Order: sequence, then structure tokens, then C-alpha cells
Amino acid sequence: MADIGRLTRARGAAPWLTPVTLVRAVIVLSVLVIWQLMAVSGWFYGDVVPSLRIVTVALVNLLSGGDFYWNLWATLQEVVVGLAIGGLSGIVAGLVVGANKFLAKAFEPYLYYLGPTPKIIFFPIMIMWFGTGYGSKIAMGAVSCFFPIALNVAAGMRQIDQVLIRVGQSFRANPWQMALKIYLPAMRHPIINGLRLGLGVALIGTLLAETKISNRGIGFMVIDAYTKFDMPRMYAILIVLFVLAIGANALVARLGGLDDIKQK
Amino acid sequence: MASAGARRFLPTFVGLSSIVLILAAVEILIRGGLINRFIVPLPSDVAKSFGRVIVEEDIFHRFLLTGWECLAAGVLLTVFGVAIGVLLHQVPLFRRACETWVAAMASAPLVLAYPLFLVLFGRSALTIIMLAFIAGLAPVILKTIEGLSTTRRVLLNVGRSFKLTPAQQFWKIYFPSALPTIFVGIRLGLIFALINVVGVEFLINFGGLGHLINELAERYDLAGTYAAICFVVLVSVVFFMATERAERWLTSAA
Repeated sequence: MADIGRLTRARGAAPWLTPVTLVRAVIVLSVLVIWQLMAVSGWFYGDVVPSLRIVTVALVNLLSGGDFYWNLWATLQEVVVGLAIGGLSGIVAGLVVGANKFLAKAFEPYLYYLGPTPKIIFFPIMIMWFGTGYGSKIAMGAVSCFFPIALNVAAGMRQIDQVLIRVGQSFRANPWQMALKIYLPAMRHPIINGLRLGLGVALIGTLLAETKISNRGIGFMVIDAYTKFDMPRMYAILIVLFVLAIGANALVARLGGLDDIKQK
Repeated sequence: MASAGARRFLPTFVGLSSIVLILAAVEILIRGGLINRFIVPLPSDVAKSFGRVIVEEDIFHRFLLTGWECLAAGVLLTVFGVAIGVLLHQVPLFRRACETWVAAMASAPLVLAYPLFLVLFGRSALTIIMLAFIAGLAPVILKTIEGLSTTRRVLLNVGRSFKLTPAQQFWKIYFPSALPTIFVGIRLGLIFALINVVGVEFLINFGGLGHLINELAERYDLAGTYAAICFVVLVSVVFFMATERAERWLTSAA
């Protein structure tokens, strides 16, 4: 009994101060120390490289004010609606192209080659079509995420186990039932992976559009801090934004079980 | 034989015809007044304005400028990306500590830091190059680590049996074996670099092709804006295809 207890403890209680944690802590501390030295050295403009205390104060002010959350909410709305529109149309396009070899040969090259083009260049068109408000930002998000989602779904569609498809056909499932009962459940991981990639590019598309023309959103806050030359606030916004973006990416991967696939 | 050839090219023909049909439908809808021509220009006007944009807007010079910025960013991210990847591979503790950070960096919207880069480097090509470099760095580092880590054990054993020094082991075994994977990373990095170069040119209104789109849009030259966007899309597609072909050649040669 005592032996079992000892074994359980040995396996369960991993030491928190591993060499990896130590190296990470040393790197973070080194970066902070170098930053502080740069700030107090006088070699750089104080406004461009503010001290850690000033950046921390800006971070606290940012997170304690309602302004940030109001703008974050505006960006979130645009990203979510853009992801919903681009994601749904991407899933439909991916299903259609992935299910039919002829359509794949006819249209997939366009999806494949248009995917890596810089989407922000379509923003002038979006402004003309949808105006300078929410519409053009949502459209930018939708256009940005459409391609990775469509390509992932099409690729995932081709990897479905043929046995599952034959089972569906033997039950005489109609196309709608095939999509809902066979294709979509079998393609959970490609769809989640596509949505993860789509979320990243939709976020970038929306935020960049906000920096160009907007009066709300996190992108607007960044460019507003730039025009007012409020550098500590800009650093604070960028730190929070990067943490949020990385966290959202990791969360979608974990919820979709992508981490489990990688570990296998 | 002829029917087999026709069958082979039928999907391509259908794809191209669909695009032509969509453009023809848009032309008819605009001429019929169902789509506002002050929002969507006639496709025929866009086609006609290609020549004007190429000649009057000095597109060749702008193309070279964007190309030069991409090349500079590409050289930087190849040199630093591969060097950091090799360093992380050689020191496993550093690799375990930093690899997840590099992967996280790939998912962060780094391009949004462009106002910060404007402050640091001014409204110049250096801002564009540095942003493109940083945005394209993560895939080069990750793919370099992956390429070096997946070197076949039998090759390493051959190197050991010849009593190669660590430097010889790296240059004769690790590096040639990892080269195709490293090139995949460089290719991804270059694509990220091109996206960011054109994007930042557009956003800060400076430089080559991205700047041209912004300028034409601000002049409300609708047909010209659409033509310039088509041109940039075409350049991106050609760039993507060329790097893909180079990657295939390198993979087959390895």
C-alpha cells in the first residue's frame, strides 16, 4: 500500500522547477533586464523605449479602463461574424470541391493559388461595397478565412475512409444525410484545423482593416496610440493582443482535439 | 486519343469558362443598371485600364521595389531563421524551452505591430523589410529544426563509422539531409514575407505594388484599382507557383 502511494506520488508530482522552466525564466528575465537597461541608458528616446514601470502602468490602465473592453467587443463581433460567414462558405465550398473530382480539378487550383495572396489589398473594394463601418471589416475577415477553411475541408474530404462512405451509400443516404451523418463527423479535425487557421487570418484581416479606416476596435486603438505617439499604451495593447491571439489559437486547437492528434 | 486529351483538359476549360461567364454576367448586370458602375467597374474597363496602369503608373519600377523588399526580407529570414533553427537543434534544452514560443509567434498577428515599426524605423523600406522578416521567421526556424531532427539514423551511423568531426557531421550529413525541409520553411517564409510586404506597403502608403493600389483607390480610379489588384494577385500566384516548382525540384533531387 505504502509502495503504491510512493509510486503515485513519484509519477503525479512533477517538479515545477525543471531545467526547461529555468531556461525560460532566464530568457524572460534577460529580455526584461536588457529592455530596462535600454530604457535608462539614454541611447534611445524615452518615448520609444519606455521603462518597464511605465509599460506596466500603461498595461494596468488599459486593462482597468472600460475603453479597451468596448473596443475588444467591437473587434470580437467583427471577427466572429466574419469567421461565421467565411467559415460556412468555406466549408460548403470545400465539401463541394472535395466530393467531386471533376469540380476539384476545375476549381481547386483557384482556391489553392489565391489562398496565399495578401488579402488586405482587397480592402479598397470592401470599402466601396460595404462602406467604412462594420461591414467592410466583417467582409475582410470573411475573405481572409474562406481560403484556408475551404482548402482544409476539401483535403479532409478526400481523406475520409471509403468504408464509411460505402456504409452511407448502402443505407441509401441522400446527399444531405451523407453530409450530416458521414462527411462532417468524419472531418471534425480538418474542419477544426481549418477554423484555427481561419481564425488567425480573419483576426489579422479585421485588425489591419481597423487600422486603415475605423473609429472602433483594437486595430483602431493601436493606430490611435500611434497618431498620439502614446508608445507605452501601444506596447500595452500589442502585448495584450498577442497574448489573446496566441491563447485563442491554442484554445481552438485544444477544443478540437488537435493536441491529441499531434501527441499520437 | 483525342477524346482522352479533351477529357484531360475539360476541367481546366470548365474552370476558365466559369470565370469568363461570371465576368460576362457582371458586365451585363452593370450595363443593365442592376449593379452600380460607381461601385463595381465594367470588367471590360478593368481590362482596358491594364495598359494604362502599366505605362502611366510605372508598374515595372514598383514591381522591382516590391521584389527588392521581398528579396531583402528573404535573405534576412534565411540567414537568421536557419541559424536560429540550427542553434535550437544543437542545444536540446534551448529547443525544448523555445520551440513552443516560436510556434506561438507564428500564430500572433505580428503585422499589427507596423505602427511600432514606423516609430522605430520611420516610413521607409526598412520598416517593410523588418516586418516581413519577423513575420516569415517562425516557419523557417520550425522547418529547420524539423529537417535536422528527421535526419535518418543510418546516415548518422555512417558518419560516426567514418569518425567525422561534429562540424563534418553537420555539413556532410545533417545539412544536406535537412535541405529539402529547410527549403519548405524558406518557401513558407517567403510567402509570408510577400504577403506582409504588399500589405504593409498598402497600409503605410509607401513602396511598390501595395502603395499603387492605395494610391489608385484614393484617387477613386475604380478600374485602375481593380486592375492593380488583379496585377498583384497575378504576381503572388506566379511567385507561389515558382517557389512551389523550385521546392519540387529540390525534393526530387534530394
